[in-house]
Amino acid sequence: MAKRIDVSGLSAYYGPFRAIEDISMTVEPRSVTAFIGPSGCGKSTFLRTLNRMHEVTPGGRVEGKVMLDAEDLYGTGVDPVTVRREVGMVFQRPNPFPTMSVYDNVAAGLRLNGSYKKSQLDDVVEKSLRGANLWNEVKDRLNKPGSGLSGGQQQRLCIARAIAVEPKVLLMDEPCSALDPISTLAIEDLIGELKQRFTIVIVTHNMQQAARVSDRTAFFNLAAVGQPGRLIEIDDTERIFSNPSVQATEDYISGRFG
Amino acid sequence: MDTTQITDAPPPSPRPPVLVPGRAARAATRPGDRVFLGLARGSGIFLLLVMAAIAVFLTWRAAAAISEDEGNFLTTFEWNTAGTEPVFGIAVLAYGTVVSSVIAMLIAVPIAVAIALFLTHYAPRRLSGPIAYVIDLLAAVPSIVYGLWGALILVPHMNGLFGWLDDYLGWTGVFDWEGGPARSMLTVGILLAVMILPIITNVSREVFRQVPRMHEEAALALGATRWEVIRMAVLPFGRSGVISASMLGLGRALGETMAVATVLSPDFLIHGSLLNPGGGTFAQNIASKFGEADEFGRDALIASGLVLFVITLLVNGAARAIIARRKEYSGANA
Amino acid sequence: MSTVVQHPGSLKGARLPKWSPWAIAGGSVAVSVGLGLAAGIESRIQWGLIASLLFVLGTYVLAARVEGRRQAKDRIATSLVWVAFLLAVVPLFSLVWSTVERGVKVLDVYFLTHSMGVVGDSEPGGGIYHAIIGTLEQVGIATLIAAPIGVLTAIYLVEYGRGALARAVTFFVDVMTGIPSIVAGLFILSLLLILDMSFSGFAGALALAILMMPVVVRSTEEMLKLVPNELREASLALGVPKWRTILKVVLPTAVGGITTGVMLAVARIAGETAPVLLLVFGNPFINNNPFDGAQASLPLYIYQQYANSAGSEAAYDRAWAAALTLIAFVMILNLAARGIARWKAPKTGR
Repeated sequence: MAKRIDVSGLSAYYGPFRAIEDISMTVEPRSVTAFIGPSGCGKSTFLRTLNRMHEVTPGGRVEGKVMLDAEDLYGTGVDPVTVRREVGMVFQRPNPFPTMSVYDNVAAGLRLNGSYKKSQLDDVVEKSLRGANLWNEVKDRLNKPGSGLSGGQQQRLCIARAIAVEPKVLLMDEPCSALDPISTLAIEDLIGELKQRFTIVIVTHNMQQAARVSDRTAFFNLAAVGQPGRLIEIDDTERIFSNPSVQATEDYISGRFG
Repeated sequence: MDTTQITDAPPPSPRPPVLVPGRAARAATRPGDRVFLGLARGSGIFLLLVMAAIAVFLTWRAAAAISEDEGNFLTTFEWNTAGTEPVFGIAVLAYGTVVSSVIAMLIAVPIAVAIALFLTHYAPRRLSGPIAYVIDLLAAVPSIVYGLWGALILVPHMNGLFGWLDDYLGWTGVFDWEGGPARSMLTVGILLAVMILPIITNVSREVFRQVPRMHEEAALALGATRWEVIRMAVLPFGRSGVISASMLGLGRALGETMAVATVLSPDFLIHGSLLNPGGGTFAQNIASKFGEADEFGRDALIASGLVLFVITLLVNGAARAIIARRKEYSGANA
Repeated sequence: MSTVVQHPGSLKGARLPKWSPWAIAGGSVAVSVGLGLAAGIESRIQWGLIASLLFVLGTYVLAARVEGRRQAKDRIATSLVWVAFLLAVVPLFSLVWSTVERGVKVLDVYFLTHSMGVVGDSEPGGGIYHAIIGTLEQVGIATLIAAPIGVLTAIYLVEYGRGALARAVTFFVDVMTGIPSIVAGLFILSLLLILDMSFSGFAGALALAILMMPVVVRSTEEMLKLVPNELREASLALGVPKWRTILKVVLPTAVGGITTGVMLAVARIAGETAPVLLLVFGNPFINNNPFDGAQASLPLYIYQQYANSAGSEAAYDRAWAAALTLIAFVMILNLAARGIARWKAPKTGR
């Protein structure tokens, strides 16, 4: 059920400004692909093009192709809403819906897309919360507000919310940057488990994290401020961190970037 | 952690995963979205239409009335719409509206600014919260209640002040008083000042609260007294905010109807003295003359209302322009 | 510090004692009362003005002598600010006090449940039942019209609006906020004249709706802007269509603030007199039908009791009692609105 992503010749714009340029890559199903690179190099922008969230930003525009298995996300007649059901997303800061309980947060994706039987929902909520390693911590307070959880729990709640609609791909935009080390570890463990079911793409600033969780790593860079970001290389994580084929990657990883 | 429970069986999926919805080829927007956007945009357009309709209908009726006016609409000191040769003009009303509003502003703005400073910089914390709250509530007191209070309480209490003003400043002519009831422009101005005080205070207080702490601390660190801090840091920062707050208050004062209608004893003359009864304002004149006006009389009143509308538009426009200019400068060093 | 006392450039300057403002205030009040009695000045307002003047001057002179000019300026600013505050409190307090004091005279159950149908304007008796009915109906209809349009317009501006149309709407909402209530009344009046229709509660409600709409748009807009963008993105990323995102995520998050804004707007239009005077006209009898014939309304009742009764005490008493009822209604709405705002404020949990 996890799907392959095949990007070719993709550029994204904010109004007249080209944020990323001519990116092509393949993301394998049931694997974790990490995006690393300096701030402003367009990794988050690129991530957001993979479920058509980029166009939500005013002035956001995309050129190129993103194939999800055999379908082009940007093909004519494609409904971005359906795309986002197929390609889920977890954000930098935990963002549970403040008006909803833990239970309602997880059920939100299904409920907001149509009506469901209570028993069905119960199953999905429990399964998703277990899937996010959160069930044991919240099973006694499913009806409490989701915003009452700790930051790490909130982020796992958001992951549970994302996987409850059974997407094929899960995009994570620096999911641990607002969390403490212990919560970070919990999320990293979770990513390792989730990759058995989903195609996962994660943006991270933390190179150790990329090395720990990902199978493949893509390095993004930009020539100068104001220039579009580009994909420098993508390879097996082990190779990127030990013997990258591009000098810039090695400079960045070894901290000689500047 | 409990992870062994995960099974690979998919949960009930909302619908088969197809990116392209079956039917429409161009289904980039769904019906729900289209209906909702239509409603929202329609409401916005409706608002525009209402504004346009206000301008058009008022102008239409006003033009009909003015074309039959035997006097000069701008300069005639008379309002007689009943006869076959209607004579009416807005000179007295324009004068009265401007004078009463100016008096109100002269009294209300300094006091409102002082209260705003009191609340932000002088009052003990425990006091300033509740006081601000009460002033907020006072801004909501209906104008007719101010009018009733003005007519029955304020007017009798003005006699002492009027006598005093007449004794010492009567020679100027402006404060000449013949001893009639204090239903005059000055009383109206004072009442309007009381009415717009809460609004100007509230907005000014908000502005003063936004003064960057940095600025104040910089002044304090130079050894400034509290007053010097206010003069160096608070007032310059808040100036345009106070101006726009005053404009808002002015807009209210110009268009206020009931408070003027209850207090003023009107006539159709321009009086040199602010203390003797007489004169009138646009809004007051409409309210007072409406009851006995026939259809043509109503059109004439609508014509005067159109002038008031234009004046308040200009005042509000000026306030918005000042606010907009302020936005460009604020935040840069906050 | 004690070691540097007496030293030139000491940190301790000469200061007035802490109780000095109170002493000066007490002194100036005493002097002004003395002056007032001696000169036979009747108005208490003047006593107060003299006292405040003495207070400001006294503070300045004393401070200038003891503390120096800069401190004296600071003192005079402080005393001016206090005086301004007290000066403003007097009329506002008087307003509330006289309304309550005179309003309770005839305010009872009979007053609330009877109309003026058989009571002459200058006779005692009668009540405000018909006016309450009128106000509730007119304000209710106005709210039913203005609240949905206002909220939807705000949604358009915040969630969809970019480009010329949104800018135009924003601009004209600003313009509309400044329309005097009597002008809104005249507009509907011109419609009535054109359509050859007569007074009704509904016509008044239309004018009130015009006054209410921009207020609702503004407050709703502010509240929607407070909803973090992250929530919208979270919902969109779940594959929820935009309209459902707005209805099920954005609006519930902002509902407290929106309700508050609508209630404050209701409180504002409930006290509007001018458009009601032009369009509803007033009626001493009970008219439950807002769509047919003249009605009464609370603010209009106050005005007519005051204006049409030629100084009858009974009518003034009724006007005060109606004013008290109206203020109570407006205040309760205000307090409830603020309560809701506090209670429903988005819980951040962070």
